[in-house]
Amino acid sequence: MAALPRRIIKETQRLMQEPVPGISAVPDETNARYFHVIVTGPEDSPFEGGLFKLELFLPEDYPMSAPKVRFITKIYHPNIDRLGRICLDILKDKWSPALQIRTVLLSIQALLSAPNPDDPLANDVAELWKINESEAIRNAKEWTRRYAMDN
Amino acid sequence: MDSEEETLYDDIDSGNESSGDDVDFAMDVESSNPIERTADTDEYPFEVLSTEEIVQHMVDCIKDVNTVVEIPATTTRILLNHFKWDKEKLMERFYDGDQEKLFTEAHVINPFTKTSALIKNRPQIKTNATEECGVCFMALPASMMTGLECGHRFCTSCWGEYLTTKIMEEGVGQTIACAAHACDILVDDANVMRLIKDSKVKLKYQHLITNSFVECNRLLRWCPSPDCNNAIKVQYVESKPVTCKCNHTFCFNCGENWHDPVKCRLLRKWIKKCDDDSETSNWIAANTKECPKCNVTIEKDGGCNHMICKNSCKTEFCWVCLGPWEPHGSSWYNCNRYDEADAKVARDAQEKSRAALQRYLFYCNRYMNHMQSLKFENKLYSSVKEKMEEMQQHNMSWIEVQFLKKAVDILCLCRQTLMYTYVFAYYLQKNNQSVIFEDNQRDLESATECLSEYLERDITSENLADIKQKVQDKYRYCDSRRKVLLEHVHEGYEKDWWDYLE
Ligand SMILES: [Zn+2]
Ligand SMILES: [Zn+2]
Ligand SMILES: [Zn+2]
Ligand SMILES: [Zn+2]
Ligand SMILES: [Zn+2]
Ligand SMILES: [Zn+2]
Repeated sequence: MAALPRRIIKETQRLMQEPVPGISAVPDETNARYFHVIVTGPEDSPFEGGLFKLELFLPEDYPMSAPKVRFITKIYHPNIDRLGRICLDILKDKWSPALQIRTVLLSIQALLSAPNPDDPLANDVAELWKINESEAIRNAKEWTRRYAMDN
Repeated sequence: MDSEEETLYDDIDSGNESSGDDVDFAMDVESSNPIERTADTDEYPFEVLSTEEIVQHMVDCIKDVNTVVEIPATTTRILLNHFKWDKEKLMERFYDGDQEKLFTEAHVINPFTKTSALIKNRPQIKTNATEECGVCFMALPASMMTGLECGHRFCTSCWGEYLTTKIMEEGVGQTIACAAHACDILVDDANVMRLIKDSKVKLKYQHLITNSFVECNRLLRWCPSPDCNNAIKVQYVESKPVTCKCNHTFCFNCGENWHDPVKCRLLRKWIKKCDDDSETSNWIAANTKECPKCNVTIEKDGGCNHMICKNSCKTEFCWVCLGPWEPHGSSWYNCNRYDEADAKVARDAQEKSRAALQRYLFYCNRYMNHMQSLKFENKLYSSVKEKMEEMQQHNMSWIEVQFLKKAVDILCLCRQTLMYTYVFAYYLQKNNQSVIFEDNQRDLESATECLSEYLERDITSENLADIKQKVQDKYRYCDSRRKVLLEHVHEGYEKDWWDYLE
């Protein structure tokens, strides 16, 4: 494997030195481009109290292209589909090489606080979120309890 | 930066010093294609532009604006692109509207109000001071850092890599935004050319720029011929034929082959219909019927005429007469009930829905047939060339045998016209004028087939002199019938005779 670019080394160091509150991102022991991520559900959101596991991978041409991020823990959210893929503009066309792992994870945390059913990835969830928000929130809380709190 | 606009074009520019070229082209085209083109094109002026001339034309457009509006040429290009290269529109907005809003919409910094401190101050930064590049995280001397007028600075090598990714991976040219997150200020071409070192990337960038220049400029259109890199430039957009230097003639308005007498809109509709229906519709007509009860399409899968609808209705019927199966008893392969009343009713209902398809297939087959024949055009030209040589060996002069080439030219024109008359006819509602049109069509069609027969079969070395007169008479007749047909349709457009079935 090619040597790790200075950017990734530095970014990892800084992430360890000043971690983001509510988020942990640890590089894999065997692959420095692969991060094990845990995001805590934001307060006052249906995901409060949950610990959500994600995986984050820095592709070969990072930071020219965006990191690949996916939820591993099941989550009931209009912008996250069954496979844990996330609909977030900065992971697609709004990616800038000046963004970092830190900013990406903060944006994901913000997405948990403010779901956007008008730009859905999981259509059935988004549909319910629009027509019956309280039921959708109940489902989200239920999923959080069932899948994100077991240990 | 203002004087740098030429850097993008310098290397492709050099071959194009002779300024009189543009004028000559139009004339070249006319004189090398004396056949019939003049009748169609005389009032529609156009020019054929090569890749180099397209770039030159773009530079001229920018200069034109810059003689009036004094802003950097690179900014002008972005503004012009924003207005789809409509100079008048840009000028109008520039002088009448809110300029600040104009620059924001076009994603450029207002060159009149920018606090150029960032740029002007750069040389004064002490050389030993370092800045950290937000992309590679390297601490670098300020001289290695650069940015657009928005002030977001990154190192030159990160900029280069960023632009390369945008150009090569994403194919973006005109609208590359600043590398900073959420900054939509566009990178101008002077900066792109300065920051990219690889000539392959530069070339791709130039292609992207010229391509979008042609594509969003209403007065330009790429020649659709597969290996041609020319574009056609007109003074106003109209549905008229234009002929490229590669000899391809097409409609400037829609880019399809020249399609008189049908209008662009109906042709587009027709092509879409053909794409959707082709392949399948022929097969459906021959191999399927609809269940007489629920209308689901049923495919005949064996020799037996006893059909059972696969849909939930499970109706049993006869493939031949479409009547109920029961009275057929055990005659599995024969139907003798074709004239029974119940079977007739079922067939009538089916015929109605099928008539539309039959009608479409009628026009489609004729359209395809002429298209197919046109594809053999090249073969016909070469066989005619042989015949011409043969005739010259039989004491005919070069000039005396030219009638054969002329005959093929006219044959092709007639076929092309006929092909599009079927599109026109498909959408045409019946009235007195449409009957005349159909007579004209029939007349031209039989004359054309006759001419085609002469050219393909009837010429032998023995009867050369005789056949010459016959061929000449026939092509003159075809040519005049073609003109009559087209003029009649055009007259109908003017006098509003045509009603469409849509
Ligand atoms: Zn850098
Ligand atoms: Zn910027
Ligand atoms: Zn061409
Ligand atoms: Zn057209
Ligand atoms: Zn049925
Ligand atoms: Zn029958």
